[in-house]
Amino acid sequence: MSLRDLIAHSQGLGEGIDAPVFAEPWQAEAFAMVLALHNQGLFDWDEWAQALSTELKRPGALDDGSDYYHHWVAALESLVAAKKVTSSADIDDLAASWQRAAHATPHGQPIRLENDPERF
Amino acid sequence: MSHDHDHHHDNELDPMAARVRALETILTEKGLVDPEAIGVIVETYETKIGPRNGAKVVAKAWVDPEFNAWLRRDATSAIASLSYTGRQGEHMQAVFNTPDTHNLVVCTLCSCYPWSVLGLPPVWYKSPPYRSRAVIDPRGVLAEFDLVLPDTTSIRVWDSTAELRYLIIPLRPEGTEGWSEEQLAALVTRDSMIGTGLACAPEAA
Repeated sequence: MSLRDLIAHSQGLGEGIDAPVFAEPWQAEAFAMVLALHNQGLFDWDEWAQALSTELKRPGALDDGSDYYHHWVAALESLVAAKKVTSSADIDDLAASWQRAAHATPHGQPIRLENDPERF
Repeated sequence: MSHDHDHHHDNELDPMAARVRALETILTEKGLVDPEAIGVIVETYETKIGPRNGAKVVAKAWVDPEFNAWLRRDATSAIASLSYTGRQGEHMQAVFNTPDTHNLVVCTLCSCYPWSVLGLPPVWYKSPPYRSRAVIDPRGVLAEFDLVLPDTTSIRVWDSTAELRYLIIPLRPEGTEGWSEEQLAALVTRDSMIGTGLACAPEAA
């Protein structure tokens, strides 16, 4: 997508002064977690910018920036792994558990991790 | 296909939502994040922080010489005095457009942006074409925004970093003498504070 298309797209979305800032709730949560971890002193902004930049430079990054928060989450995962907080494998396992829990939860009820039938 | 359950499985988490939830679970267990605090940050960014904050800073700089001087000297404190404090604790620098020099902000490295005064960046700001072209061909980039400046106006590009973020103070539109801060703030667009636009003319607002 050309820059002009992106600008037109932004304007089409009404990305004006009162534009919605996140396309999906997980993007907002991922954004907020980075701010919270920085407040905790887990990393400084320089480290964060480096981590995000590394992800954004990977081959396959989309020109229209629509995968931006995917890179944001990948950068967050790589930083918490580098800080030995957790590993990608642990995140994989727990994410799968959350998906099974969601699947096993009847509509209208809150999704709880305990609802994962494979969790013990 | 067998149906061995009697309820509908319409609660599904897409892979990204599940990953973020997993991260939040782990970080909460480790005591590194507090889900309530996450909720507060999300709500703040969704409802309270956005380019209107920056527009108020610009309007105040236009009408209040003392604030203007403070903003030039120490933008971080001047902006914090209006309670627009970045949670991220980054330093701010205000860059003033003049009739001779137009200023443009980019983050070539990733997407550093003055969140506390502008909210979150628009899609194009984060896109590779903008990040790569703004420095090499600023005039061409501005043309994409339908902003054509006289050849006599030079364009200066400011590359944001994680530690230092820029707010452009656009030129005050002509014909706004005697206007209140509130009236003036309505003329200030988000793009004019990034440098990809100008403040609106009074008749267009």
